[in-house]
Amino acid sequence: MKSKLFIILLLTVGLVFSVVGAASASGTLVFGSSGDVSGLDPADVTDGESIQRMDNIFEGLVEFESGSTLIKPCLATSWETSADGTEIVFHLREGVKFHDGTDFNADAVVFSFARQYDTTHPYNQYGEWPYWGYMFYDVDRMEKIDDFTVKLVLKRPNASIMTSLAMFTVCIVSPTNAEKYKEDAFKNPCGTGPFKFVEWVKDDHITLEANENYWRERASLDKLIFKVISDPSARLMALEVGEVQGIEYPNPADLDRIKANKDLKLLTEPGMNVGYMAMNEGYGYIDENKNGVRDLDSEPLVKTPGYFEPLTKKEVRQAINLAIDKQSIVDNLYMGTAIKAKNGMPPFMLGYNDAIEDYPYDPARAKELLAKAGYPDGFEVTLYVMPVSRPYMFDPPKIGEAIQSYLAAVGITVKFYQVDWGTYLQETMEGNHQMCLLGWTGDNGDPDNFMNVLYGANACSIGTAGNYAFYTNNTNQELLSAALATYDEEKRAAYYKKAQEMIHEDAGWVYLAHSNQNMVFKSNVNGFVINPTSRYFFYPVVIE
Amino acid sequence: MKWYITKRLFMLIPVLLGVSILAFSLIRLAPGDPAVTIAGQHASPQVISAIREKYGLNKPLTTQYWIWLKQVLHGDLGRSIVSNEFVAKEILERFPNTIELTMLSMFFAIIAGCIAGIISASRQYSIFDYSIMGLALFGVSLPVFWLGIMLMMIFGVWLRWLPISGRISMMISFQRITGFYLLDSLITGNLAAFISSLRYLILPSIALSTIPMATIARVTRSSMLEVLRQDFIRTERAKGLSERMVIYKHAVRNAMIPVITVIGLNFGLLLAGAILTETVFSWPGIGRYVVNGVTMRDYPVVQGCVLFFASMFVIVNLITDIVYVYIDPRIHYG
Amino acid sequence: MKRTRETKTHELVRRLKYNKSAVFGLAIVVILILCAIFANYIAPNSPTPSPPELFKALKPGFWSEDKVEGMPLGADAMGRCILSRILYGARVSLTAGFVAVGIAMILGITFGTLSGYYGGWVDALIMRIVDIMFAFPALLLAIVIVTVLGQGLDKAMIAIGIVYTPQMARIIRSSVLYIKEMEYIEVQKAIGSSDARIIFRHVLPNSIAPVIVYGTLMLASAILDCAALGFLGLGAQPPTPEWGAMLSKSYSYIVSGAWWAATFPGIAILFSVIGLNLLGDGLRDILDPRLKT
Repeated sequence: MKSKLFIILLLTVGLVFSVVGAASASGTLVFGSSGDVSGLDPADVTDGESIQRMDNIFEGLVEFESGSTLIKPCLATSWETSADGTEIVFHLREGVKFHDGTDFNADAVVFSFARQYDTTHPYNQYGEWPYWGYMFYDVDRMEKIDDFTVKLVLKRPNASIMTSLAMFTVCIVSPTNAEKYKEDAFKNPCGTGPFKFVEWVKDDHITLEANENYWRERASLDKLIFKVISDPSARLMALEVGEVQGIEYPNPADLDRIKANKDLKLLTEPGMNVGYMAMNEGYGYIDENKNGVRDLDSEPLVKTPGYFEPLTKKEVRQAINLAIDKQSIVDNLYMGTAIKAKNGMPPFMLGYNDAIEDYPYDPARAKELLAKAGYPDGFEVTLYVMPVSRPYMFDPPKIGEAIQSYLAAVGITVKFYQVDWGTYLQETMEGNHQMCLLGWTGDNGDPDNFMNVLYGANACSIGTAGNYAFYTNNTNQELLSAALATYDEEKRAAYYKKAQEMIHEDAGWVYLAHSNQNMVFKSNVNGFVINPTSRYFFYPVVIE
Repeated sequence: MKWYITKRLFMLIPVLLGVSILAFSLIRLAPGDPAVTIAGQHASPQVISAIREKYGLNKPLTTQYWIWLKQVLHGDLGRSIVSNEFVAKEILERFPNTIELTMLSMFFAIIAGCIAGIISASRQYSIFDYSIMGLALFGVSLPVFWLGIMLMMIFGVWLRWLPISGRISMMISFQRITGFYLLDSLITGNLAAFISSLRYLILPSIALSTIPMATIARVTRSSMLEVLRQDFIRTERAKGLSERMVIYKHAVRNAMIPVITVIGLNFGLLLAGAILTETVFSWPGIGRYVVNGVTMRDYPVVQGCVLFFASMFVIVNLITDIVYVYIDPRIHYG
Repeated sequence: MKRTRETKTHELVRRLKYNKSAVFGLAIVVILILCAIFANYIAPNSPTPSPPELFKALKPGFWSEDKVEGMPLGADAMGRCILSRILYGARVSLTAGFVAVGIAMILGITFGTLSGYYGGWVDALIMRIVDIMFAFPALLLAIVIVTVLGQGLDKAMIAIGIVYTPQMARIIRSSVLYIKEMEYIEVQKAIGSSDARIIFRHVLPNSIAPVIVYGTLMLASAILDCAALGFLGLGAQPPTPEWGAMLSKSYSYIVSGAWWAATFPGIAILFSVIGLNLLGDGLRDILDPRLKT
């Protein structure tokens, strides 16, 4: 009797400790992500985590070719642009259904657009629609022509509108679903995409399953789970032991180990991104008419909540730029998986100004400038430190601590402020920060998507700001607006180059790095393509 | 006996009231305007006035307290600022995870602690005794979070025997019924899920069990030694009973009384330890929930967790007291 | 009076000598205090170099070929000397512990004496408050207080001090109750000494033994709890070299193989706490045999 019990015990212990662990269900892919989503309404988010989930649930009229920023048809089968470039007619795909069974048609398209720009629309109140202000303020309206034809009307010609239409912001959502859930629709996404939403367990995971009625061939994966593992090393551990089949943003320190492991494969592409520290210059405006453009007469500048006297001075911001050894941060913390940044957009983009000379690492000069500005003994300042890794910034607390040490050397004491990601974005958009770590990944490959969204005075709207330094220079905004209305590439580039010079001189940002995008998968996971826009499409992924 | 329990229950009322006042004042005590505290530091005036309206913040403090207490008694702990979910719902979701972890830890601690204590006492001044007591000293001095990290490093990272973070493998399809994973997987006969959740439980529960294990071992030993010195044991020995019989049949039973008190007292330590262990092992329980709540300045969450933890602790203490009276008839019920 | 106290101290030292574990504990505590006082002389490097030496990040110590010169225990993720940070950490942890226990003593002695000496409704009120505070696990109560006060080492010390107050108050109260019944106190009352005089001249000096014993043991828990708060990110903030905070990002270290960054600060905590516990136990055996469990 006793010996039998012993054997059973031994077997149990053996089972429990067996390294094999969980048997892998072949149709399920668990993806280890660095953070949780802030919401699941494609038009009401700005962060990559949220976008990357919804890329698999929603679709737009057009989409990017895999791995590029070229446009191809999706829910629209074809389109015609009017001669003056202000009207585009789209012919919609027939026979497509949303996950809740609703038919996809012109009404759904108009609904998805109008709720964002029409302040009298009944569903306008359920979102902030930040991207509409960044990228679509040239859109006047979306009209239904018949059940499967719509017309997009622009206020003025826009050089980047077609690429913008492939963005998540204008993905088509189910109107019946929006009606059903109202303000909770962001927790119950319903689109036409290859995967259906199953559950969202806050801070833990999001589960999607294959859409059996997808208008293309059904996805190869049965189940797609995004599991939050915020620490990059814990994420890699989970991948190594087979708890997850793919991860994002591995720790640069672990890349050698990944390459040495036959069971894993590393995907690397140069990233279309920039990581920076923004310094709040103190003033923004309230976008009363919600058009994403600052009306100089009716929308005056007001102090941002994070107004902080020293940072309003250009010398101080320049001093901070001079006090940080960016090369050392890129070499040792990004560990060579990034290039040092001197401008606010990646070098391969149209209009990049390579003639600009970056602020060198010169603490002595920084001290002089601080003294000149009236702060010979420095000051104490609060830095918002991101709680999640992003493609443009691995391990933000580490980078924050490095910045803290560099600034201590010139007499500036840095205190940290940390909140969850959703609140972080909200508070920085409201201008609550004095300094913050943030960055940007391009959405459509157009320079306007960096310059105007991040550095334009129009983007200084308190509450939906993209210009986190609150650099409210109107001359600069005029350059950027002129660039957007210009189709001649050389002229356009010239405008952007001039704007970058002004931004450099004003020194509202410490540009840190343009990082490579690294993703790691189990070697039996095929078909995943890294996009320059950092969007994650799992539709083509196959587990062999 | 009944009288004692009734009295003990009545004594709970002021304590629970006090706990509720403390939890209530959490938001009111935080520096600045409570409405601003709830809304976030730089919210617009409109938002702040809306919050003030919603929580009745312009009414007198006592009224506010009664409004709040009534809501709490109806199971409404408010909504989380971060997720906008009901705090009570979020606590209930995480509650089974914490209980499963603490129960398994307590189980380990009692079994190992009692056995070590009994053997130590029966071989007082032997090498075994010294080493057990040395280990126990180590045990009570260990920072539980560091022990967790070390276990993770050795068994998770180096040896790769056990997973280091999470609750159950995401690869396993699993049906939640009660939320107690071990129980649910047994009910549904899902062996894979049972083994998987057990694997995830082992390291955190070992880490968490160390301190109570050490305390229980120490108390069992000293209590045993005291009993072994008493007259009736000498009588039993004189009667010619084997040493084994003396120890296991008679001494142990009498030595367990103080041990039970210690187990009860340790439950509080265990809950505190769970806060740390859950953070180390990313365990989705209430401990991690409250820590996140504090770092995210999610005051309603902290408030809810405080109420929850304190009530648990008070209830466990009550049970301990009652059990104590039950097994030790020498206690005055007065 | 003075003579007796001297003899008492002498007696204490004599008996302490025969308690091996207490001597061991004392030795650890003395080393700890020396480290704390002389950290700036012993430590080979600055605990918070500014500007940072990022290129030394996570380099191992003396045991490895790849060791970083002048950093015997290796470097942490920011390229800082772990040994130096541990040595300065002794200063941080001990200060935090002493301040916390100091707060608990001042408050605990005040409330405990009031409660024990006057009894009646004062006693009832104070003891009910103590009961309420005992309804929270210590760490949770500290977390709650930190939530109200805000994060930071200074606030963590205050929080822990407040959390330990009820324990101290109960100990003092029972000691005062015991002493109050003694004949010479009755005599003092009879000859019309003021309450203040009786408390300060007779009651308190005689409660000193449990205060020392529990103060030492409390110091151990205070250091542990302070490290726990630091680990949770609620106590000491970067770049303060605090032992708990040094462990708070240890996932990355252990998975990337930098075990030293996750190991040594914990050993420092463990040994300080063991030392204080041994000393406390020893003092208890000597000073107050009644308290022995």
